Amino acid sequence: MISATDLKLTFNKGTPLENPALRGMSLTVNQGEFVAVIGSNGAGKSTFLNALSGEVIVDSGRIEIDGQDVTRLPPHKRARGVARVFQDPLAGTCEDLTIEENLSLAVKRGQRRGLGSAVKTRYKDQFRAQLAKLNLGLENRLGDKMGLLSGGQRQAVSLLMSSLTPSSILLLDEHTAALDPRTADFVLDLTRQIVSENRLTTLMVTHSMKQALEVGDRTVMLHQGQVVFDIAGDERKGLEVKDLLALFEKQRGLEITDDSLLLD
Amino acid sequence: MLSEIAFWGAVETGLVYGLVAFGIYLSFRILHFPDLTVDGSFPLGAAVAAILILNGFNPWIATGAAVVAGMAAGAVTAILNVKLNILHLLASILTMIALYSINLRIMGQPNVALLREDTVLTFWYERTADLLPYYLVPVVLFFVVTLVVLIFLWRFMQSEAGLAMRATGTNPRMARAQGIATGGMVILGIALSNGLVGLAGALFAQSQGAADVTMGVGVIVIGLASLIGGEAVLSPRTVLRALIACLVGSILYRLAIALALNADFIGLKAQDLNLVTAVLVTLAIVLPGARNSIKSYFSRG
Repeated sequence: MISATDLKLTFNKGTPLENPALRGMSLTVNQGEFVAVIGSNGAGKSTFLNALSGEVIVDSGRIEIDGQDVTRLPPHKRARGVARVFQDPLAGTCEDLTIEENLSLAVKRGQRRGLGSAVKTRYKDQFRAQLAKLNLGLENRLGDKMGLLSGGQRQAVSLLMSSLTPSSILLLDEHTAALDPRTADFVLDLTRQIVSENRLTTLMVTHSMKQALEVGDRTVMLHQGQVVFDIAGDERKGLEVKDLLALFEKQRGLEITDDSLLLD
Repeated sequence: MLSEIAFWGAVETGLVYGLVAFGIYLSFRILHFPDLTVDGSFPLGAAVAAILILNGFNPWIATGAAVVAGMAAGAVTAILNVKLNILHLLASILTMIALYSINLRIMGQPNVALLREDTVLTFWYERTADLLPYYLVPVVLFFVVTLVVLIFLWRFMQSEAGLAMRATGTNPRMARAQGIATGGMVILGIALSNGLVGLAGALFAQSQGAADVTMGVGVIVIGLASLIGGEAVLSPRTVLRALIACLVGSILYRLAIALALNADFIGLKAQDLNLVTAVLVTLAIVLPGARNSIKSYFSRG
């Protein structure tokens, strides 16, 4: 479980570029929940994820992971509870390391790393079995450098890495946005599969309204650094993109004009 | 051509500078941290070892102390960068300049001679007098030392901590997301790198019989020449190959220098050493690319 209470964060405080990214954001994600987060550019989606993972430290508010206060902890000290897949397919893996070395790094996420061999023989069979599930033929390429893989393949491996060791929350930061439509669908299906198999508590940020309604079991919309609506269960079922837009207008009394949101 | 003594002398120096190349491989290639501290930590190692030997310490203990001193110097550079957010290049230059004064303080004078002192070599000179010609003793000893260091580094880079260090260099954001304290890894890696350079300085002073405050000038360029030259000869696909390339590059560099200076018809003299080095580094950087473009030029036909 993860809970964020009244998060506030302003970038470039006291300068002409002052930008309040989070303005009292609160959200609780319960154990096993899959939450899709949507919002236009500048709504605070990425800042929110970065605050949860520790890449940025909030000015005020409180973040708890499984009841532990992590508000001021740097990213590496929260990594045990927080798994993450980045938007940029190149960001989640190390291109100079082999596939098996990348996976071995992920096995030890947030744990002490000693002088024992990193790629243990007993890992290899596990890696092969897991990679085989991706249907990309990567199970026979354990020793290949990550840099040889395509963006979609790397994102698939990143997803796999995030599930190799238990986490309190999985953060997906528009992880299909940089992929072509077919690959994006593949990675999204894989996400559903991995999340349900491992019963992961997941927070997925997306640009696509359709994705936000179809994937997961709760939809949260952000606007100007706050949650504007949060729907789940029966209320969410059968909802379409136009209903979502109507809901937004009703809540804020304004129309979405931002081109960056994909309406289909 | 080279005499046998000149040849083995070049190999001996190449082996010592192979340790420098390992250190530069750690900073430049593994951590992507251009570290110029080595120009200061090389004479630091030499100074510490020389002064301790002159004060009657066991030469191996003196050499160990040189390693520790080098590590401390590297840690200072890395802390300036990680904790105080000073640009890595500038941080290393600051440490390098500071070390010039520190080295003068340690030695109390610009240079110290080690003639007739017990060094790590004298022990073996006595024991192998019947087995080996004297000029091969340092070659064998330094070969053993570099081999031990090479195996240690190779094994370390395969370990969980070593893998974390490699990830820190290539993708720090991903490394942090995997729970790696990247700042600590940079400090450890740069300390290790300069520890190796300190070791090289200590061994070099003992084989040359003197430590000098200016002996560090250009060590970074020589190390880079060895690293890049080695990579050009042996493509460094794995850590082990990259480490072997450092050693091969360092020895080849010394042989090339010795040949250039020995060949009278070229007209080069000892004072041209740094110029030759700079030209060699430039060629080593440019040639691999040129080779490809020449290849593609012909394959197009």
